[in-house]
Amino acid sequence: MADGGGGDAAAPAAPAFDPATAGDVSGMVMLDGELPAAEELMMNSDPVCAMNATNTMSSTFIGSNGHLGNVFVYVKEGLEGQSFPAPTGMVTLDQQGCRYTPHVFGVRVGQTLEITNSDPTLHNIHASPTANDEFNMGQPIQGMRFERTFDNPEIMVPFKCDVHGWMNAYVGVVDHPYFAVTAEDGLFDLSTLPPGDYVLEAWHEQLGTQTQNVTVTTGQTAEVSFTFTAP
Amino acid sequence: MTWLHPYARFVCAATLLLITAGGMVTSTGSGLAVPDWPNTYGYFMFSFPLSKMVGGIFYEHGHRMIASIVGLLTVGLTVWLWRAEPRRWIRQLGVAALATVILQGLLGGLTVLYFLPTPISVSHAGLAQIFFCLTVCLALCTSAGWHRSGALDTHAPVMRDSTVLALATGLPLLVYTQILIGATMRHTGAGLAIPDFPLAFGRLVPPEWGFAIAVHFLHRVGAAVTALAILATLGHLLAHHRARRDLIRPAWLLLLLVLTQIGLGGWTVLSGRAPLINTAHVATGAMVLGTALVLGLRVNRHRFPDARRVGPLRARAPRTATEPAAPGAPV
Ligand SMILES: [Cu+2]
Repeated sequence: MADGGGGDAAAPAAPAFDPATAGDVSGMVMLDGELPAAEELMMNSDPVCAMNATNTMSSTFIGSNGHLGNVFVYVKEGLEGQSFPAPTGMVTLDQQGCRYTPHVFGVRVGQTLEITNSDPTLHNIHASPTANDEFNMGQPIQGMRFERTFDNPEIMVPFKCDVHGWMNAYVGVVDHPYFAVTAEDGLFDLSTLPPGDYVLEAWHEQLGTQTQNVTVTTGQTAEVSFTFTAP
Repeated sequence: MTWLHPYARFVCAATLLLITAGGMVTSTGSGLAVPDWPNTYGYFMFSFPLSKMVGGIFYEHGHRMIASIVGLLTVGLTVWLWRAEPRRWIRQLGVAALATVILQGLLGGLTVLYFLPTPISVSHAGLAQIFFCLTVCLALCTSAGWHRSGALDTHAPVMRDSTVLALATGLPLLVYTQILIGATMRHTGAGLAIPDFPLAFGRLVPPEWGFAIAVHFLHRVGAAVTALAILATLGHLLAHHRARRDLIRPAWLLLLLVLTQIGLGGWTVLSGRAPLINTAHVATGAMVLGTALVLGLRVNRHRFPDARRVGPLRARAPRTATEPAAPGAPV
């Protein structure tokens, strides 16, 4: 469910460096303390949502066995000056069961973000970025879709539906392919990185951000782990 | 003419309802639940299906519909005044009300299209109160009581009492300023910047400052100042103008309203901004302003063009030859 949206992250189409020299990063995000119980989302202000929703639990805290999901991990520093070919595929943000799927995801600068409404009710899609243009658009009819792109990197752009106050999502806009979102197992991989020193950042919607330094060497997999403290 | 005054009162009451509906939009965070304007999700406003008025749309679209109705009522009032009202300044007040309500609608649309920027949202909140004040004026000035009081036969003691003139004139301005501070707090999300009440972080004065805490604290100080000013006004009226029931009654009402208002303000904080309580606070704020305005207008009755300057109770001393005529004064 926590598909990073950047499924192509592992294999840029035409890397600006020799992939034979690449190394990988493999890591996990841990939660120190007890995972807060997921809140029940009260959807009764829209009868369609109350009737059709299959999942009414908040996605803010997901995880298992001390591992934390819905954390956005990306290379924050170390790729300056390098350019990466534009991604070809598009990323989809769907509104289904009166929630956003995925809840946390990533998209490349300039990559098409497709926003769809699979619900038989209306939504407004209100993104409130600071480094990109704010927008608020309505999708009153089931099956509607439109496309947007972001011009500048931004961690993170919040999405909100003002009709259904509980609906929110976060997208990380990055100018390179090295990002991932953890699932409940807290694991992530950043593959095929040019060798070098990097700063990784992990972002969680309530627990904030953490950074780690990592050195990538050719043919090796560097291990990284982040630990957030439970609220 | 007979039905004009009840109609003006009705417009005034409808405006209070409109302010309450607008308060619900902000209190529930529904300001952007309808992304387009003046249409609603592509529908002409009045053809938007009721079944789609769900979630935040209920508040935002409902506010727009009530606003349109108040706009139409105002057109009716302005036209009616223009045809039936002999006093020119009241006819002009009607035109001003119409212009204000149109501008107010445009501000409402603008704030939606620009994603609720604070200056536009605060202006929308502030202009709402101005429009409400205009409807209060129109309702008051078209009343039989206002007409009777134009004789100024019992008004002389108030006219000569500079303290009551200053208090009753300053009060609506003070309340309006307080409302603007509250609106700024509300539209910058600073309503819970100080989480406890009546103390601030367990102290009389907040231990740390930032914009949010400052504007929130200023609103609390403003509440205390307003309450004291109302107490002073009531005390002064009771001591010196006890016979003026038309002034004593709104002054008592002001005291009751301001105490309710402070209670609602504290309750808003302690409830974590429960929408109904928060909105009751907005509506009561408008009532405080409207009541202060009625008191202020009645105290200043002699300054209005329809006051009949008779006998020894002249509003103005007769002009002497050495005194130049005021511009526009009747010669
Ligand atoms: Cu929605």
